[in-house]
Amino acid sequence: MPNIAIEMTGVNKWFGSFQVLRNINLKVHSGEKVVICGPSGSGKSTVVRCINRLEQHQQGMIRVDGTELTGDRRSVAAIRSEVGMVFQQFNLFPHLNVLENLMLGPMKARGLPRRDAEARARHYLDRVRIPDQALKKPAQLSGGQQQRVAIARSLCMEPKVMLFDEPTSALDPEMISEVLDVMVALAQDGMTMVVVTHEMGFARRVADKMIFMDEGEIVEEGHPEAFFASPRSERCRKFLGRILKH
Amino acid sequence: MSRRWITSALFAALLLLGGCASSSTWGWYVINPMTEAGWINVRFLISGMGATILLSVVAASISIVLGLLVALPGLSERWGVRMINRVYVEFVRSIPLLPMLFWVFYGLPIIFRSMGLNVPIDPFWGAVITLAISDSAFTAEIYRAGIQSIARGQREAAQTIGLTYMQTMRFVIMPQAIRRILPPLANQFIYIVKMSAFASVIGMQELTRRANELVVTEYRPLEIYTLLILEYLVLVLIISQAVRWLERRMGSDERQ
Ligand SMILES: Nc1ncnc2c1ncn2[C@@H]1O[C@H](COP(=O)(O)OP(=O)(O)OP(=O)(O)O)[C@@H](O)[C@H]1O
Ligand SMILES: [Mg+2]
Repeated sequence: MPNIAIEMTGVNKWFGSFQVLRNINLKVHSGEKVVICGPSGSGKSTVVRCINRLEQHQQGMIRVDGTELTGDRRSVAAIRSEVGMVFQQFNLFPHLNVLENLMLGPMKARGLPRRDAEARARHYLDRVRIPDQALKKPAQLSGGQQQRVAIARSLCMEPKVMLFDEPTSALDPEMISEVLDVMVALAQDGMTMVVVTHEMGFARRVADKMIFMDEGEIVEEGHPEAFFASPRSERCRKFLGRILKH
Repeated sequence: MSRRWITSALFAALLLLGGCASSSTWGWYVINPMTEAGWINVRFLISGMGATILLSVVAASISIVLGLLVALPGLSERWGVRMINRVYVEFVRSIPLLPMLFWVFYGLPIIFRSMGLNVPIDPFWGAVITLAISDSAFTAEIYRAGIQSIARGQREAAQTIGLTYMQTMRFVIMPQAIRRILPPLANQFIYIVKMSAFASVIGMQELTRRANELVVTEYRPLEIYTLLILEYLVLVLIISQAVRWLERRMGSDERQ
């Protein structure tokens, strides 16, 4: 029985009087790959952001790598250093070059000496297949390259879990596959991953578990084969019908 | 000597300006640098320049630090912490400079004495404290706007790679925000220079005070105050040129 990397039990969350998350229960074992899909506004981002406490839940329990997420600052810092996150908008630091983007976390948060941080940064730039862009500023890179730098930046913290929030939605179509290829490689290396995406080809290839969300609820979850072949709920069937047509 | 030539040229321009009026209205002799008595008067007036600049620079430096300290709680997610910023800014911004100057110069020493402290407040420090505090409410707002203009994703990305709040500010937010903060901050310096004239009323020997003293002995307010205004004009023009240069540099950085 592998370790449980992420555990959410009975999580509820409100923005003001609007309930975004309704009784979310989710277990992600270490090494497992979970793909979350669902219509816009269904709460996918919010689930992922609760896991590294960019958002706070109001009810229920979230445990990451055995540590429960409470208001305690130290537990938040501990969890953030174990959890990498890749955003739709990349969020690279525009005033720093690629190498500096990658070295900032290891040097400041982990206290690594510059030389080790640089070696690590170059290692992960290699892994995302852009070793030759190290000294460029983010604005000089294509969207696909920027997103791969963002992935490398997270990997430099050597996290136990990687969260992806629609990592290819802001990309031109021809750049999507270069980012997905990197993610597939990461999955094959055994990384624990939670991925919000509508790339169902990717989901079929790597997902151990599919989750469909609507209106703040997990409506359906299951193994990808069963999930795609015979969705049980009407809402999920309609949603899949719409996005698989493209 | 070259300073004398510049003022002489300026003086000639003034004569042209004043020439339109009748000679009984204007009596330029009082600051005519080509006569010995006039040159002494001009030197006396200009000698306040150093104090005006020193006062402005020290007050602005303090305001730049104080403004940041006031701005930071204004960015908190907690209502109570944000209120510290709001109360300070609203309160300080609504006090007119002159009453505040009187309060600091004449009132504050009494408080210090009642606490058993012997802290003399001379005109220079009285003016520095007043200008710095008064200006800090505005610099705080400049910082807050500049920092808030940096997208939320930047802070979130910094948090997810494990940076603390202070590290996020120092390595991620401020280096980006400074481009938007520096030009308005430099602009604010112009206000400090102009406001420093109030220091004359508590006896600080700066430009305006010098002019007042000369008016009392020479009875020539029109000419002396005209020169005074020109002195400020020159100062402000120099600063605003510097601000322009700064804005151009920042702008070209942004395009890279
Ligand atoms: N900070 C916030 N304050 C108020 N409402 C919010 C906030 N963030 C998100 N919401 C609302 O919560 C709901 C869920 O948002 P969320 O971003 O989690 O959806 P999503 O499934 O990721 O959608 P998308 O596919 O558009 O990214 C939406 O209705 C959104 O408007
Ligand atoms: Mg989203």
